Amino acid sequence: MIHEDVICSFCGCLCDDIRVETNDEGIVKVKGACRLGSSKILGHGPGHGRISKPMIRQDGELVEVGYQEAYDRAASILKAAKRPLLYGWASTVCEAHEEGVLLAEEIGAVIDSTATVCHGPSVIGVEEKGLAGATLGQVKNRADLILFWGCNPAEAHPRHMRRYSSNSTGRFTPEGRKGRTVVVIDVRETRTARLADRFIRIDPGTDYQVISALRLILAGKAEILGDEVCGLPKGMLVDLVDILKKARFGAIFFGLGLTHSRGRYKNIDCALSLTAELNAHTKFMIMPMRGHYNVAGIGQVMAWEGGYPMSVDYSRGAPYFNPGETAACDLLARREADAALIIASDPASNFPRSIVEALAEIPVIQIDPYENPTTLLADVVIPCAIAGVEVEGTAYRMDGLPLRMRKVIESDYPSDEEILKEIRESARRLGDDH
Amino acid sequence: MDAQIMVVSVKAIMISGRTLGQGAACEAKMSPDYFREASSCSLSQADLRGLGISPGENLEVTSEHGSVILAPQEDRGLDPGIIFIPMGPWANCLVGPDTSGCGTPQYKGVHVEVKVTTFPVLAIRELFGRFGRTRT
Repeated sequence: MIHEDVICSFCGCLCDDIRVETNDEGIVKVKGACRLGSSKILGHGPGHGRISKPMIRQDGELVEVGYQEAYDRAASILKAAKRPLLYGWASTVCEAHEEGVLLAEEIGAVIDSTATVCHGPSVIGVEEKGLAGATLGQVKNRADLILFWGCNPAEAHPRHMRRYSSNSTGRFTPEGRKGRTVVVIDVRETRTARLADRFIRIDPGTDYQVISALRLILAGKAEILGDEVCGLPKGMLVDLVDILKKARFGAIFFGLGLTHSRGRYKNIDCALSLTAELNAHTKFMIMPMRGHYNVAGIGQVMAWEGGYPMSVDYSRGAPYFNPGETAACDLLARREADAALIIASDPASNFPRSIVEALAEIPVIQIDPYENPTTLLADVVIPCAIAGVEVEGTAYRMDGLPLRMRKVIESDYPSDEEILKEIRESARRLGDDH
Repeated sequence: MDAQIMVVSVKAIMISGRTLGQGAACEAKMSPDYFREASSCSLSQADLRGLGISPGENLEVTSEHGSVILAPQEDRGLDPGIIFIPMGPWANCLVGPDTSGCGTPQYKGVHVEVKVTTFPVLAIRELFGRFGRTRT
């Protein structure tokens, strides 16, 4: 059977033109997706590290059990904890996110997403400054200048340039790549940089100073600057501001080069300010290159449910948000969290080593289709169907557009949403006296 | 032990991030593909020559937060003094826990020292081996 226009569930591009061929064995062919998307969609079957049965750790070994026993053990761990953490959520659909928020309320947990180790500083920056945004469709149809800052879509979002940005062809951009100016600013010459018209290499950790210099030049105060800014000739930055001002519609895409470097959310604050100021001269937008396919969705769901987009603490009876205090890494580093439910993510791989050591000291419940390093630390492991391949649901593209993920193949595994509902019901049965 | 004695060490700034190969294998983290893609490091030709690395040798990278052994690669896009490591558990051995009050650790811009070693790169189960769980 051929499934047309399937939405890819790898990155925040949510490419919606994938062709998937299935037969009785499963998915046999994927057409139109990039290497990242193909590997995700094709990697659903046995032999790809799928966890076959729920497991509970007994005497140091994970032992297979039934689903209800795993749900009850998970609920028991969470109810017994004083500071439970519900973490992950980037690679599942919004219907599961809603269940997650309900569970957090039920047990008084902190719920946090992988955004906090990714574009969390962007979320904070946007709260500080506001965002001059646009959809990817607007960029495709109108943008004649693309600036990639601290991001490498050629490897992290391989179809971004062709579908939405530098190489796309749209209503008012019929010449595609030829009609656009593409600038890359990065600390290394990435594959994306090699495709640019202009590559500006900056020293690591100098993003804030360089953006601030561009703002000064834009404000007509270039004379305040020295001849060099962090090793870059002032003339190079003056030229860049000239290019930006001459654009009809400019689009800035930024990545973890800004959020993971010295300055973190202040880098974003500064970049958002530059974009707002460019709008005094011409039309400009800015967008974070969101990584996992629905990391934007968990931010939306948490915001509409509790008013805050990440790191929300429900232990006080009302939502409370203070990243640095309620973010997963901070809670674990302070040895404050005393149990964790990990879903649709792999913090054992993606957190700093000392924080993984803290995670290894507390009971861990994992909900995931695949074995990964978090499984090695987990006390309860609950395998699930793959959202976006075996389960339908809503996901948000990096520009905030909600799209309906398709189910292309049946699965015997329960969905994330069903698993969370069962754990919540089991927790409720345990009552307040547990 | 002479074989493990450092001949030259290089001070560098560590940047971690996505690569195409790491991303394609990241849903199969226990696979040989993921090990191959995520447990390497890239340096400039000048730094690799300076280290005098021979075929079969690896690099030991150390920050104030930890140490890790990685397979070396050359990347012509890197300036001397910068080492790139694909995001993942090997890179994160070098990253500290501080979030500067915003929830996000500093995964890029970590000061490290790089030296040649004949010790092997740890496989993923070995990397997490000492987190053996005993609780029931």
